[in-house]
Amino acid sequence: MGARTMRRVLPGFPLALGYTLVYLSLIVLIPLSAVFLKAATQGWESFWAAISTPRVVASYQLTYGVSLLAAAINAVFGLIFAWVLVRYDFPGRRIVDALVDLPFALPTAVAGIALTAIYAGNGWLGQWLQPLGIKVAFTPLGILVALIFISLPFVVRTVQPVLEDLETELEEVAASLGADRWQTFYRVVLPPVLPALLTGFALAFARAVGEYGSVIFIAGNVPMVSEITPLLIITKLEQFDYPGATAIAAVMLVTSFILLFLINGLQAWVSRRHGGV
Amino acid sequence: MAALVASHWTVHSRRFETSAATREPTWVRGMLITIALAFFALFLLLPLVTVFAEALRKGWGVYFAALVEPDARSAIFLTLLVTAIAVPLNLVFGVAAAWAIAKFDFRGKQLLTTLIDLPFSVSPVVAGLTFVLLFGAQGWFGPWLADHGVRIMFAVPALVLATVFVTFPFVARELIPLMEAQGQEEEEAAIVLGASGWKTFWYVTLPNIKWGLIYGVILCNARAMGEFGAVSVVSGHIRGRTNTMPLHVEILYNEYNFAAAFAIASLLALLALLTLVIKSWVEWQGRQQMNAGREL
Repeated sequence: MGARTMRRVLPGFPLALGYTLVYLSLIVLIPLSAVFLKAATQGWESFWAAISTPRVVASYQLTYGVSLLAAAINAVFGLIFAWVLVRYDFPGRRIVDALVDLPFALPTAVAGIALTAIYAGNGWLGQWLQPLGIKVAFTPLGILVALIFISLPFVVRTVQPVLEDLETELEEVAASLGADRWQTFYRVVLPPVLPALLTGFALAFARAVGEYGSVIFIAGNVPMVSEITPLLIITKLEQFDYPGATAIAAVMLVTSFILLFLINGLQAWVSRRHGGV
Repeated sequence: MAALVASHWTVHSRRFETSAATREPTWVRGMLITIALAFFALFLLLPLVTVFAEALRKGWGVYFAALVEPDARSAIFLTLLVTAIAVPLNLVFGVAAAWAIAKFDFRGKQLLTTLIDLPFSVSPVVAGLTFVLLFGAQGWFGPWLADHGVRIMFAVPALVLATVFVTFPFVARELIPLMEAQGQEEEEAAIVLGASGWKTFWYVTLPNIKWGLIYGVILCNARAMGEFGAVSVVSGHIRGRTNTMPLHVEILYNEYNFAAAFAIASLLALLALLTLVIKSWVEWQGRQQMNAGREL
């Protein structure tokens, strides 16, 4: 596949690339650069003041902390889920497999009000949890539940294809050499799955950090307690505090960029280990 | 994200024929399946069932009344309108981007692919904010637009822009790995035999990428109809005018009109289920096509 020969044969390269670059700039790059330019023009002092008030810092801790926890829980259960879907047969496996993508397809606002209805004090599960002293809705625990829901498919869908492509022969060899099933899993199965697991974890985390729709219904949105960073941006906008909103958005964008490049690096690692599928 | 996203097209012919050596004890299997199904029931099935149960709690009469009420109808119409503009825009972009990236080599290709993925890692709220900074009253183009009587913010154009932003990568990221995997020999042959560029695309490329294209459009459509955070920032929440379906759900919910909120939500949930059904069917078709390709 000589790169140079094909450039000569196939038409449309200038048009396709030109259109791609113009459209990308108009829809994504120029709007995003507006955030940084606007943040830069307000001066360092006011920028720093906007992103470091106790209320804002508390929202970072909550948003990033709970997102990390949700991604970690999904890493564990997502791995089990993917394993069960790939390795075992049980009634309804195909339907379960198809419904794993539900959080991608279900609008976040719908998920938000449904989860709130379930976990509110009079809800299906809330009424049983409340007497035990467990309050889910309108607390950080509710945010955790919403974030687990919306980021659930990432780990399953990144780990599943890698598990499907594993050679069971290696596990047989390990078993014949005297390894028990747990040792085989730990030493033979897990290492090739690990890059995909980390990628799924990072994708889930990145998605959870930016999430807004499903969280605001269940969170209660109490400043310093259950107020997430995206909500704070909206609150500032509604108070016409544009510089404040922009400064916090710039912080979120920088972490998004870091995560994006981290995820790209991880995925390059996966495809190298995975034989470039 | 290319390599992983394309994985649903790969053909996994073999189910695991586990021998005794690679099989877990029955109790371990049972436990893992139980854990997975419990997690599934708790986090996926229960919310889905709740939407429909709450929507029908006050009976079918209330349910249908909530759907045909004027504000609900205008929300449904607005969602369809915004989606009908946003999805084709991203479809054309996705095809153009995939043609450039998958069929040609150029410097900065990797960076371009990463940039196309960017909207997926940006919070929808931040996405909405960017358009406020550009077109809002205090934004870069705000005063100019106001002088010329062009309304973008708190109107359909802003809703479309925000929706296009959040659904930007769907078609492109589906097509890029697919077209890369298919190479360019078939197109080259068509061109050498005298076909024009458009003919080649229409008769050679398009049939090959058909299922990937539909797959990307389906997911793009679901996200476009369900988007909440980004449109929430730019909509202004004018009832009957700039409220899409998800925004209408929020307003009804905040007014404690739960039955109506869940009735509109149930339409969106049905859309999600339909999306999953079509997606599974398209995956199956795509695998059939790839299988057929392999046997040749």
